[in-house]
Amino acid sequence: MHYHPDRGFHHPTSSDITRPAAYLNRRAWLQALALGGTGLASWASRDAMAEVKRPGKLAALPATASGLSGARIADKLTAYEYVTGYNNFYEFGTEKSDPAANAGRLKTRPWTVAIEGEVAKPGTWDIEALLKLAPMEDRIYRLRCVEGWSMVIPWVGWSLAELIRRVEPTSKAKYVQFLTLADPAQMPGLRSSVLDWPYAEGLRIDEAMHPLTMMAFGVYGEVLPNQNGAPLRLVVPWKYGFKSGKSIVKIRFVEKQPATSWETVLPQEYGFYSNVNPKVDHPRWSQATERRIGEDGLFAKKRPTLMFNGYEAQVGQLYAGMDLKKFF
Amino acid sequence: MAVAPRLTATRPGAGVNRALLHPACKPLLFMVLLLPLAWLVWGAATGGLGANPAEALIRSTGDWTLRGLCLTLAITPLRQWTGWTALPRLRRMLGVFTFAYALLHFLGYAWLDMGLVPADIVRDIIKRPFILVGSLALLLMLPLAATSFDRAVRALGGRRWRLLHRAVYLVAVLAIVHFFWLRSGKHDYTEVAVYAAIVAALLGGRVWHRIHSVRPAALPPG
Repeated sequence: MHYHPDRGFHHPTSSDITRPAAYLNRRAWLQALALGGTGLASWASRDAMAEVKRPGKLAALPATASGLSGARIADKLTAYEYVTGYNNFYEFGTEKSDPAANAGRLKTRPWTVAIEGEVAKPGTWDIEALLKLAPMEDRIYRLRCVEGWSMVIPWVGWSLAELIRRVEPTSKAKYVQFLTLADPAQMPGLRSSVLDWPYAEGLRIDEAMHPLTMMAFGVYGEVLPNQNGAPLRLVVPWKYGFKSGKSIVKIRFVEKQPATSWETVLPQEYGFYSNVNPKVDHPRWSQATERRIGEDGLFAKKRPTLMFNGYEAQVGQLYAGMDLKKFF
Repeated sequence: MAVAPRLTATRPGAGVNRALLHPACKPLLFMVLLLPLAWLVWGAATGGLGANPAEALIRSTGDWTLRGLCLTLAITPLRQWTGWTALPRLRRMLGVFTFAYALLHFLGYAWLDMGLVPADIVRDIIKRPFILVGSLALLLMLPLAATSFDRAVRALGGRRWRLLHRAVYLVAVLAIVHFFWLRSGKHDYTEVAVYAAIVAALLGGRVWHRIHSVRPAALPPG
């Protein structure tokens, strides 16, 4: 306490009002609270932050976590066993277990990707050059199949835009077509006439340039298993899975909307856009809900499907003003 | 042809008939028909149904319904062509099991796909013709299962009972349409074609037999 003899009354200092023990204790509390807060935040995003554990089956594909908005969702990862054992890859058969059983024969080296059409720099890219084209990123995307099931998959790759920028599309490049391998010697499924081979998919150029559109070379920190589309595949997380072509050999830049395989055989069921949309049903089943593979119990209610598969904030503006029921 | 005289002496199919009439035959068939269900229950309990157990359960019970229908419809032509006259005594069990698998198939859809919400199920059935056709087939099976008891046969009288049970032909056709319609989404008709060919042969065989039979009134196709 300070005594001022000329004033005749006492001025308390802050330390007089609050005992040192009290404010030291309070600081400790605040520190604990802040620590608890960060702890809570990291616990909440534990799945996204958790290191993706390599299954140790194939060669490692080192990458760094993507900083892109929407590229690291916090959902629990689907087990590697399901990601690589439950696939639609009709070139190897139409059953979900066929690709894992039959894709072993696929030779992924040497491999080239031809760039054709409306670009200033057409040409052929070797897989080794593509692997080094841009820094590899770890991204965790939802995958929603048009059949009503979904997975959460940690892909490794880079934004397709990296490649597109390098080949310099002309002003006539309004669409991008993707053609995948069709080799009857390696792919027993080609004997069936389920689809016109080779499998063809397409995107509008702005969709292809969107940073979330990814060229994937790996999954779970390792190179892609053949049944998942080795050595490189497309991943467009806000569209139904069949839009993401596997084992790509040719990318064409074109002026008119290109033909796509599913739209060609069943135009009333599968549209060019095929954006994940809970409000637009498939003629034979509802798209409002989905079953998360390996996670939801047998008798659990199916989970609601999210608009644009949960990527509306990132991609919604691409479709502003479009009638999504008409352009399904 | 070099056929042993011992065999030519006996009536064709006598051995098979003796086996079919054996008291252990029906219980054995009962156990065999339970096997697919047992395998599914075991798989569901131990995680052996793969990545999508709900889909596996619904698909498998549907597949077994189709197989059951084919087996049930195969009894009469088999009897006619082989002389295994004791074969029809197994038909009721085959039919009832087929109905049970159909019911499980529907229950699987209603529960695992629709969450057992009646309003959702009704809306879905009305909206999707392929499910409507499947439900129709199940509804048609209902009176057949309900009249599968001896008392029901007696109450209806053999003639009316047989007439009613010819609805199984329509059930088989509806089941094939249901399967075809489902698979058209995958644009893959290989399996559908196999079942369709079997059902067509079994129904066509009946028509053929009716036309070529000497005394059709004596042996009405059942």
